[in-house]
Amino acid sequence: MPRVVVNVMPKPEILDPQGKAVTGALKRLGFDGMTVRQGKRFEIEIDGEVTPEALQQVAAAAEKLLANTVIETFEVVNA
Amino acid sequence: MADTVANAIDTPDLEQPYAALGVKNEEYARIKEILGRRPTSAELAMYSVMWSEHCSYKSSKVHLKKFGALSQDTPRGPLLAGIGENAGVVDIGQGYAVTFKAESHNHPSFVEPYQGAATGVGGIVRDILAMGARPIGVMDSLRFGPLTEPDTRRVLPGVVAGVGGYGNCLGLPNIGGEVQFHPTYLSNPLVNALCVGVLRHEELHRAFASGVGNKVILFGAATGGDGIGGASILASETFDETGPAKRPSVQVGDPFMEKLLIECTLELFQAGVIQGIQDFGAAGISCATSELASAGDGGMAVRLELVPLRDPNLAPEEILMSESQERMMAVVAPEDVDKFMEICRKWDVSATIIGEVTDGDRLVIHWHGECIVDVDPKTVAHEGPTYERPYQRPTWLDEVNANRAEALTRDNTPEGLRAALKAVLGHGNVADKSWVTNQYDRYVRGNSVLAQPEDAGMIRIDEETGLGIALALDANSRFTYLNPRLGAQLSLAEAYRNVAATGAEPVAITDCLNFGSPEDPEVMWTFVEAIEGLVDACRELGIPVTGGNVSLYNQTGTTPILPTPTIGVLGVIDDVAKRIRSGFAGAGDGIWLLGATFEELSGSIWADAVHGGHLGGQPPRLDLAAEKELAKLLRLVSEQGLAASAHDLSEGGLAAALFESAQQGGLGFAVALPGIDPTVALFSESPSRALLSVPADKEGKIAYLAGEHGVTAVRLGTVTAEQIAHFEGLFEVPMAELIESWQAPIPAAMA
Repeated sequence: MPRVVVNVMPKPEILDPQGKAVTGALKRLGFDGMTVRQGKRFEIEIDGEVTPEALQQVAAAAEKLLANTVIETFEVVNA
Repeated sequence: MADTVANAIDTPDLEQPYAALGVKNEEYARIKEILGRRPTSAELAMYSVMWSEHCSYKSSKVHLKKFGALSQDTPRGPLLAGIGENAGVVDIGQGYAVTFKAESHNHPSFVEPYQGAATGVGGIVRDILAMGARPIGVMDSLRFGPLTEPDTRRVLPGVVAGVGGYGNCLGLPNIGGEVQFHPTYLSNPLVNALCVGVLRHEELHRAFASGVGNKVILFGAATGGDGIGGASILASETFDETGPAKRPSVQVGDPFMEKLLIECTLELFQAGVIQGIQDFGAAGISCATSELASAGDGGMAVRLELVPLRDPNLAPEEILMSESQERMMAVVAPEDVDKFMEICRKWDVSATIIGEVTDGDRLVIHWHGECIVDVDPKTVAHEGPTYERPYQRPTWLDEVNANRAEALTRDNTPEGLRAALKAVLGHGNVADKSWVTNQYDRYVRGNSVLAQPEDAGMIRIDEETGLGIALALDANSRFTYLNPRLGAQLSLAEAYRNVAATGAEPVAITDCLNFGSPEDPEVMWTFVEAIEGLVDACRELGIPVTGGNVSLYNQTGTTPILPTPTIGVLGVIDDVAKRIRSGFAGAGDGIWLLGATFEELSGSIWADAVHGGHLGGQPPRLDLAAEKELAKLLRLVSEQGLAASAHDLSEGGLAAALFESAQQGGLGFAVALPGIDPTVALFSESPSRALLSVPADKEGKIAYLAGEHGVTAVRLGTVTAEQIAHFEGLFEVPMAELIESWQAPIPAAMA
């Protein structure tokens, strides 16, 4: 089945407590010089072809449910 | 380049976007007059945010003063800190003091419900922390649009998850509050969060900056572009080449950072290395520096480029206005700085010296060597504009008051009463709130004695002696709409009664006043009436106002919310083992109604639920002397262990109280309704009443004590083992059927 991926990230200027925690943990483990921002990845299997319409559908779903567009951005990737 | 003081002197006629920052023409003129020149853009940023309604209380100040005229004594002695501090501090005996305060976070919770509510909790917790107290509990008073509206399905779950998420992560029990619904809250939900903290008397700390050479230290989270919609206008004016993009005004909370900040700050207090401290409220560094400096006896010099940033592109104006969460500012003697830094390192809290206390009385802020702010901090923090807003009684009020619910038809047939009972129990305001409260940790820290669905939350303070406190948070906005003076008093009386019903002695109040636009004379009248009502009631009840919060401009278009004065009442109980629960405890116990019932249906849940949203007439009368006597009686009942349960009567009247006590006890009841009209007996919301269940051998004592206190006491019937609600001569209905009506509304709406 064709697969579409939605990547969701906190907007760059928004505080990302999870990423901050991971950054701190990496540093404690000796991984220096890494700053992390953490997002979410959704893999969506769709019925039928990956048409522009289908991608638009996925984008609409992301806008409505997968991402909180007040504080997050998302991208739809045809995988 | 930055807009420096020198530049401001050289370019006196530069056009500044003050109007877009909410600064009025005359306020801008006043700023120029204070400075003797035009403000720099950084100064304008500071003045605009500190002179906003939110920070300066410019419309409410003249009326809030009336609270200050009240006696500063509680029934247990003088306040240790009162109005004007971050939070009031009450002596509860045995060397303990308690500090508590409620604050609104309404607008942010509409924009982004989860983060808005979460940061509302975080903000009030830091207020309590800044007094030197350990936060020990939170409560929340929430108001939403109707359960049937799609947007309520967005806002309610987000707010509840935010309150729960932040509070649970901090390890603070949520011990109560309220959830209410009305169409005027649809686009303007109310999120009022209360925090309570405890300290020993000698640990009390006040915010001020004294001692020339003392260091000003910013500690906690780094500063980002949170909540600076306004400042971006300035930045884009000054920095259109390099300036950051338009920023959202959403602040994101980090409760784990806050937990570290709490432990770190308390250890800093313990170590005695803090001279002065200030939490970061709405106006960020602008607020903290100007408040600290104006409260002390010196000036302050700050190097703004030293502030640790999450986003290196921030302009100085934005840094000054940023509302990034989980930050504090401390004033520390030079010899204590090393110790201070060591403690911060231990807790993994970043701390940076950004300035020092100076001779003189100026707040001077530099940005990479250039002076961008040079002001008298008092003019920023305390000498903002004060408005005597015009107010007038709404013309429509007479008509509303004439439309009395007492004149509505009452169906007193068995079927009619049964249907009305179900409608009242299924009304959003009365319905089961466990969908909400089950998301909150109520027992963490192991000292929660009572939490929802009890009348008030109760926390044990001393494990040896059993000393404890009780807290209730209430508003009746329906009554306040009909009569703001009386409605505010009834809201206070309800919270007072809730505390009293647990056996605690009410000692002090805090308030969170939510109203519409002060520029609307009718709203302003409502506000003034509510304050005067509260002042009168506090005087009569003998309890002081310790502080509070005002939230104005709560409206959608020109329609204001129902006026909502949320009142928090603090009570003290000498031994929490004597607390009384609200659920019936044993079959065969006598059911007693304390207090008099009148034909008072206007503003009631019955009128709303049975008569299609009816809201008219006059709210119930309130006899504060009777309220006080009832509270005294309830305290005696607790001390002498006379009652198996006590429950206050409020929304939904006797019907709701009987049902709730039976439901909580897993029991039923058989009662004869007093008076001639069953609708009035069941659904009237006359105040100053409570429902007791009393073991047979103690009933005589209850009757006697009630007589002594001049409180009407009527024996209605008995608690039964069968789970049936039986109303003698009228109707009976299985508890299961009522429980179904009561439990359904919120889960059904959120499904």
